[in-house]
Amino acid sequence: MSDITDTTVRPAPDPLADGTPAPGDERMWTARLRGAAVRALPPGKLLPDRQPSYVASWVYVFGVLTLGAFTVICLSGVVLILKGPSWWHESSVGLFFNSIHLWSVELFFFFMVLHLWGKFFMASWRGNRALTWMTGVIAFLTSVGTAFTGYLSQQNFDSQWIGTQAKDGLNSVGVGSFFNVLNFGQMLLWHVLLLPLGVAVLVGLHLLLVRRRGVVRPLPAPGRARHRGVGLQVSSAAPVAEEPAPDGADR
Amino acid sequence: MLSTLVDLSRPGHYLHWGFIQISVANAVVIGLMIVTFVVAVVVPFRAGGRDR
Repeated sequence: MSDITDTTVRPAPDPLADGTPAPGDERMWTARLRGAAVRALPPGKLLPDRQPSYVASWVYVFGVLTLGAFTVICLSGVVLILKGPSWWHESSVGLFFNSIHLWSVELFFFFMVLHLWGKFFMASWRGNRALTWMTGVIAFLTSVGTAFTGYLSQQNFDSQWIGTQAKDGLNSVGVGSFFNVLNFGQMLLWHVLLLPLGVAVLVGLHLLLVRRRGVVRPLPAPGRARHRGVGLQVSSAAPVAEEPAPDGADR
Repeated sequence: MLSTLVDLSRPGHYLHWGFIQISVANAVVIGLMIVTFVVAVVVPFRAGGRDR
């Protein structure tokens, strides 16, 4: 056997490791796109190890619970897609997954609305965070549409009742010509593809904007200028600076 | 016991107040949300681990 003392492999320096392109590649679209992405969301900002103290709040617990419920909705929905309506109506396991899908939607809206209330009363659009707020609002409205088409896709008397009641309202505003609630196939496809995709994209954008702009500081306590708050409350703990920088540099 | 309280085979119960009409089930959910929100405002959040 040969006497090898040093088996360490030392790779050559990778010019792409920190996102900078190799010399001569600076003008390639891949290099420019990667550079823009890394500048907008460097890894330490995208997945930070520490957060400001005011992030320790129930309002963000509600946000994370919304994400958890959304994950369960998607997973149970995939199972329902695989097995089909007769399975989720007739078999005990199908009824179980149907119920999982329903109740995770209930929890999704429950926690999302609590998150929305908290962020509304915190005026979370401050500090150049309007786009973060708006993506959340549009995600909420898209979720309402997704739930609505879900109720239309149950294939029972309930869905028939909802469809026949909704058609008049939608026709009165001219929507029925391209969004026909009595067309089960169309509603099912909107429910299982277009709208969930929209919600997922909007939620993803919302999270990326939260990471880019940072979490909004609490409102100042009444009678005090710019004091730090904890949770949904405000307290007179250590004073903090004015509104954060628009690009989230306070993070 | 629960099945007698929540009988899904019968029409739901509704609350009427002027032009407002809401099912008891929806009213209960909204009430729970308000209670949860108030509790979240009142109860301090105990952050674990080291100072951030």
